[in-house]
Amino acid sequence: MANSNRIVIEAGRTELHYWKDIWRYRELFYFLSWRDILVRYKQTAVGIAWALLRPFLTMVVFTVIFGKLGNFPSEGVPYPILVFAAMLPWQFFANSLSEASNSLLGNANLISKIYFPRLIIPASSVITSFVDFLISSAILVALMIWYQFAPGWRVLMLPIFVGIAFAASMGIGLWLTALNVKYRDFRYIVPFIVQFGLYISPVGFSSSVVPGKWRLLYSLNPMVGVIDGFRWTILGSESSIYMPGFVISMCIVATFFVTGIVYFRRTEKTFADII
Amino acid sequence: MSDPVIKVEDLSKKYIISHQRERYTALRDVMTNKARSLGRKILSPFASRSASASSTEEFWALKDVSFEVKQGDRVGIIGRNGAGKSTLLKILSRITEPTTGRIELEGRVASLLEVGTGFHPELTGRENIFLNGAILGMTRVEIKKKFDEIVDFAEIEKFLDTPVKRYSSGMYVRLAFAVAAHLEPEILIVDEVLAVGDAHFQKKCLGKMEEVGKEGRTVLFVSHNMGVIQQLCHHGILLDKGKVIVSGTVSESIQAYEHATLHSFSSEELQPGIIYSNKSHDTSRFDVVEIGTIDQEGRPLSKVSTFEDFAFKILFYSPAIQRNGSVALFIRSLSGTVILRLASRPDSCFDFDFEQGVNAILCHVKKIPLAAGTYVIGFGLAVPMREWLLLEKELCSFTIESRDIHKSGFPPLQEHAVSVVDYQWSRLSNSRA
Repeated sequence: MANSNRIVIEAGRTELHYWKDIWRYRELFYFLSWRDILVRYKQTAVGIAWALLRPFLTMVVFTVIFGKLGNFPSEGVPYPILVFAAMLPWQFFANSLSEASNSLLGNANLISKIYFPRLIIPASSVITSFVDFLISSAILVALMIWYQFAPGWRVLMLPIFVGIAFAASMGIGLWLTALNVKYRDFRYIVPFIVQFGLYISPVGFSSSVVPGKWRLLYSLNPMVGVIDGFRWTILGSESSIYMPGFVISMCIVATFFVTGIVYFRRTEKTFADII
Repeated sequence: MSDPVIKVEDLSKKYIISHQRERYTALRDVMTNKARSLGRKILSPFASRSASASSTEEFWALKDVSFEVKQGDRVGIIGRNGAGKSTLLKILSRITEPTTGRIELEGRVASLLEVGTGFHPELTGRENIFLNGAILGMTRVEIKKKFDEIVDFAEIEKFLDTPVKRYSSGMYVRLAFAVAAHLEPEILIVDEVLAVGDAHFQKKCLGKMEEVGKEGRTVLFVSHNMGVIQQLCHHGILLDKGKVIVSGTVSESIQAYEHATLHSFSSEELQPGIIYSNKSHDTSRFDVVEIGTIDQEGRPLSKVSTFEDFAFKILFYSPAIQRNGSVALFIRSLSGTVILRLASRPDSCFDFDFEQGVNAILCHVKKIPLAAGTYVIGFGLAVPMREWLLLEKELCSFTIESRDIHKSGFPPLQEHAVSVVDYQWSRLSNSRA
């Protein structure tokens, strides 16, 4: 019995326990996300409604600017639904990046006083953003009812694309988190990425408006693949996936995900010393 | 039972102290430094690289530390500030990695390096119990099982649903300790947490920790309070400058610690009757020049025994004239308690004007009521009730020789009681009636 709990501490030896420890501390994912959600809406007048209000207002603005004023093509679906199907994964991604990148600094006291796999902290920020994602999906459902728009069989594939959005948020989130501990410059870079990304990702418009010869290049943005995937499943037959671009996006997501974990793990050991 | 549950071998931890001004690395600096060194390489490709390394310095917080702890041991880790105690605890609790060496731990480890880590001020007491429990490694089921016990221990039933930001600091600490105390690890690591809370709660915490040890669990405890260490632990490890000096019973280590504290004062040989001498005193400020003991005829007295009549002769330097100054001598026990204060003002109503230069003053003591043993002398100069001109809390050691004042064959010794009085016993006749 004693052997099952034996721990060896040596320079560079933490790897062995790491994944076992993550499993042992699995409830911490839940508790940290739960804490963040509870705290976020304490002492606010409308509380959790903020999670609905923000994406809803952005969607209204985008519909007016791109759909009404810009007359962008809507792929045969009501423009608000086109926007919102992209808004959902984008908000999830953007929130994850900003929350995760600050999460370690915000929990600095925990890191310098208690051991647990550090990966849990940014991961639970991503989970927190995922909860917001689930809440704001209610808006999409409401929009579909309002416009009497029924999704096809492809909506069953949605979980796969949610998984991809998760991997993208996690991978890039981990990179930014680890970099932010060491180089505080990233505190200023992240909001910029998020703001800039909203315009270079196909959130307010369909990615089909991008000229054919640029589409491959455009797909280097990992969110292009994710958003196209979301539209493909939700909007039904009217939208299509640009396959080569999608494959590139997925490769980039996978690369970020794997290297993000590796880089985070490599710098993690020194967090307590430099934070 | 006899197998070690903690085995530490040749543990070392190196920190790089950088003498740069920036508090954290900024990307900008990394890039400019890289560019600069690249530029240097191009300009003078054969120059040595040592020039850029001079702004950092290596510091070994721990060096080749080895020890073993057996199951159920309660071990106190003592040492002066900067001896490496906290670093050792941080490595044992896996917060930071060692540079070299190896540790084997058998069993679940819980460490309590600070009370209330992870508490969120906006959350209620109830919510924080769950959150803190999870951070410390408890499962939800475990926390639920212990919930009532924790609330009971912390004595906060009424405020369970109040955000902890509205708690008094005492309540906050009580709740935090209560959660931690109800962890059930095989190895518990505790750092100085008992320095908080009121006396009643401290006693409760001590009791809880003793209980933990009796249940066969292993406790590592760091404190500056020797009394608590003595009470709680039976093994002691003394660290100094990152090295293990003593690893043995708790009284051995405490003695060695006190001994080391005394010998840090001065190692040079003093003349008979002189207990402190400072040949190169400062002339820009108030400073002690010499403290000695003389007998009633004014001759140097090399040995002072219990109940001796003698005088302290004090020479000190004053950089300016100071009217109505006060001179004070403190006699402390080795654990730091002040046993006697001999002050010219306000205690003795003795007016004394400091002259510029070296001043000499005598303090006559009748029947000094101290048992045989070693004490620490502190010295101060003050403007009474206003400010300290000089305060040396621990200046030098002072030894009282034994004298059989009761004529019983048993002279009073410091181990039994620090102070001594003249007293007698008598039987009260018809006491039973």
